[in-house]
Amino acid sequence: MIQQLSLLFPMLPMWLVQAIWCGVVAVLLLTFFSLFAGPVSWLERRIAGRIMSRIGPNRVGPQGIIQWLADGVKNFLKEDLIPRDADKILFRFAPYPVFLGVTLTLVTLPFSSLLIGADLNVGLLYIVGAWGLVVIGLIAAGWSSNNKWTLLGGMRSAAQMISYEIPLVLSLLVVVLMSGSLSLQTIISSQGASPVEWFIFSNPFAFIAFVIFMISAVAEGNRTPFDLPEAESELVAGYNTEYSGMRFLFFFFAEWGNLYVIGALAASLFLGGWQIPAGWRNFASAQGPILPHVFEVLMFQLKTWIWVLLIIQLRWTLPRLRVDQLMKVSWKYLTPFAFVSIVGTGLWMVVFPEGWLFMKYLLLFSMLAVIGYFVWRAIWQLRFTKSKADFKLIV
Amino acid sequence: MIRTEEMTISMGPQHPATHGVLRFIVKTDGEVLHEVKPDVGYLHRSMEKIAEKVGYISFQPYTDRIDYVCAMTCNHAYAMAVEKAAGISAPERAEYLRVIASELNRISSHLIMAGVMAMDIGAFTPFIHAIRERETVNDLFEMLCGARLTYNYVRIGGVSFDAPANFKEKCVEFLNHFEPIIDEFNRLISFNKIYVERLANVGVVSREDAIAYNLVGPNLRGSGVRFDVRKDIPYSIYPKIDFNVPVGIGEAGKVGDCYDRYMIRIREMKESCKIVRQALEQMPEGEIMAKVPRKIKPPVTEVYSRCESARGDMGFYLVSDGTDKPYRLKIRTGSFSAMSIVEKIAPGLMIADLVAFISSLDVVAPEVDR
Amino acid sequence: MLSYVPVLILFIFALLLGGAFVFLSYFLGRPKKTTTKLNPYECGVEQATLPRIPVNIKFFAVALMFLLFDVEVALLYPWAAYFKSMVSEGLGTFVLIEGLIFIGILFVALVYIFRTGILHWENGK
Repeated sequence: MIQQLSLLFPMLPMWLVQAIWCGVVAVLLLTFFSLFAGPVSWLERRIAGRIMSRIGPNRVGPQGIIQWLADGVKNFLKEDLIPRDADKILFRFAPYPVFLGVTLTLVTLPFSSLLIGADLNVGLLYIVGAWGLVVIGLIAAGWSSNNKWTLLGGMRSAAQMISYEIPLVLSLLVVVLMSGSLSLQTIISSQGASPVEWFIFSNPFAFIAFVIFMISAVAEGNRTPFDLPEAESELVAGYNTEYSGMRFLFFFFAEWGNLYVIGALAASLFLGGWQIPAGWRNFASAQGPILPHVFEVLMFQLKTWIWVLLIIQLRWTLPRLRVDQLMKVSWKYLTPFAFVSIVGTGLWMVVFPEGWLFMKYLLLFSMLAVIGYFVWRAIWQLRFTKSKADFKLIV
Repeated sequence: MIRTEEMTISMGPQHPATHGVLRFIVKTDGEVLHEVKPDVGYLHRSMEKIAEKVGYISFQPYTDRIDYVCAMTCNHAYAMAVEKAAGISAPERAEYLRVIASELNRISSHLIMAGVMAMDIGAFTPFIHAIRERETVNDLFEMLCGARLTYNYVRIGGVSFDAPANFKEKCVEFLNHFEPIIDEFNRLISFNKIYVERLANVGVVSREDAIAYNLVGPNLRGSGVRFDVRKDIPYSIYPKIDFNVPVGIGEAGKVGDCYDRYMIRIREMKESCKIVRQALEQMPEGEIMAKVPRKIKPPVTEVYSRCESARGDMGFYLVSDGTDKPYRLKIRTGSFSAMSIVEKIAPGLMIADLVAFISSLDVVAPEVDR
Repeated sequence: MLSYVPVLILFIFALLLGGAFVFLSYFLGRPKKTTTKLNPYECGVEQATLPRIPVNIKFFAVALMFLLFDVEVALLYPWAAYFKSMVSEGLGTFVLIEGLIFIGILFVALVYIFRTGILHWENGK
């Protein structure tokens, strides 16, 4: 990309082109991040409203779509209070690692074959490392506030996030095994556009790894059923009890940004990322150089948003785990199964170096059956509840 | 060995899980509780003293405020106490209306409990769904007496208003709508794996403890004791009605755990639907109010009336000295005795379990303090 | 090393963005500090004891477990990255057995952790 750009502007020195390019990328990514986290907060509340058979925010703008802007302005105008006996430096510092931890992961997310902030050769490890920053912020927030609820919330979040990091990292290892690289672009190019070429369906163990990845990623993102650090009914508001104004907003910025990162990782590691079918590519290439990338970006977004919406729905459907059950799930089920899936994938690659097509189709169709059942159940439920939700005794 | 300390936290009065204003002084090592002390009294309004000052008829509206989640049964219990003392008997139609109102109120109260329980476990959606159904019950009450929360419907000697002409149809319409909703609610949350895991084997109250600590109502039945005032000390028209009393059987774990107490309330809603249907069928035409003097002056006597409220055995102990004001009125509520068992059961539970345990006891703060 | 420049620049920009937001909100929403407002929240009562106490050992144990496993798993990454090329060279079985030994040791550690009961949090034990 940089080489191409420097060819376009031959009068500028190479380093300047690169610096400008990096700046543009950074601004674009941050804009994207803000433009994702804001509207998705609105979307989540609308979906929650639908699930709970109420309305949700619908006043600011058409269907309330700029509610998030109003919330942002409100948070700007709020007082930024620091409690009396708080550790002031730590208290001020705590939101930044949380915010940074999520934004920094964006730089390696491949939106298309060309659109990527930086295709690092240790991309996966980098993402895991950057994500690790979040826990520092949460525990600092919990400790510095001089409040018992935040302390408990911070401790819980630390225990939870580090426990779920193990299965997360192990499930990513399966992808590394299959692709032989840590770079996200290489991982995507070693998959294909057709579902049977995706890593998720390449063998049963990879499928297990995907499930483990999704569960532990949701836990890393502090979403229900793993939202213990901010469990409202137990710890008031968890680690962010004492925060207000902009600093408070950063935690939620990160939470919703996390949604995108989880979805994008699932899409690019297991579901073939931006890969589009060859037919589409030929068609698009005939129209010009831009269109293939538009298709790729759209494909990537489609795959990402499926998981974003699924996680949002999970939050409003499931209850919360208890802290010892949380630990048990991570250490007693996810971690051993992640080991099994690593060994199994290795074995599979040795036994079937070219892959086993029958198993791929079997996995694909079982997944389709699950999705089909889900859709059928959802439609049935909608039909059932429609009459019930609209029930009015006195008109 | 690394030295760790106990943490003393005040859970409440302003805490999302304390259903109003309760306070628990909690000693914990971080997650596991070592000691829990309930600190009650934040909602004390001297109900009993007010009764001694305002007189028999004027005290009726105050009974709504004893347990505002299930006010009809409080009305009913008080009215029964005064009727017993003054020798008034309500007309039969009034008795039927009382039972219908009480059972509908039991449904709405249990809906709140089930919803709040789910919310305390972390699932928000069931709460809103439960509230939606409760609103429909409130619509019925609005038809009946014009109020949605503090009804003041059951009066001494009868009820305040007769049922409107289409009340029976609307009531049946509601029941037809509501009975499938209970199954829907079960699908939504009751049989959820995480939910069952969170509640089963948590906060087990043994049969002996339940009796020793004077638990009543669904909490007592949750521990496997088959006692229901409606069956065992029948009042009003309950003897004429056929219904079952659900008892905890340890569906998911031990008998007397939080899940048992929760499921009993779900079952009781179904039973209440049955009762309302039968009462609507049997309800005769006629008067709704007995002849009650403007100033009730019961003879010098002592009476105790009890009534099965949504939170269990609700009692009014009335001492009359022959004037138009009670000499003493003692109100016995289920929530107050339920609070005392928290101290016994809670040590060893986790913070999240305590929240589940309190909501499984279905404590309503004004009923604790009165 | 050059490929990390975007990371650095994004880091700086994100920090600047965060700082600018907080700075702006400092001027737009000037705190009016009162004693009650600055009190730590303890459900509406005075804070009786300080929260800065040594907290439970369980969290510490979990942290140690994490340290152990995270380091070991990081060591597995190079193995995984070279696995595919080794398989295509026909050395798959050998490399797999190597990995198996390492994972086996980790698994033994996991079993040991279950046996010590660190994960058993109920009833204060």
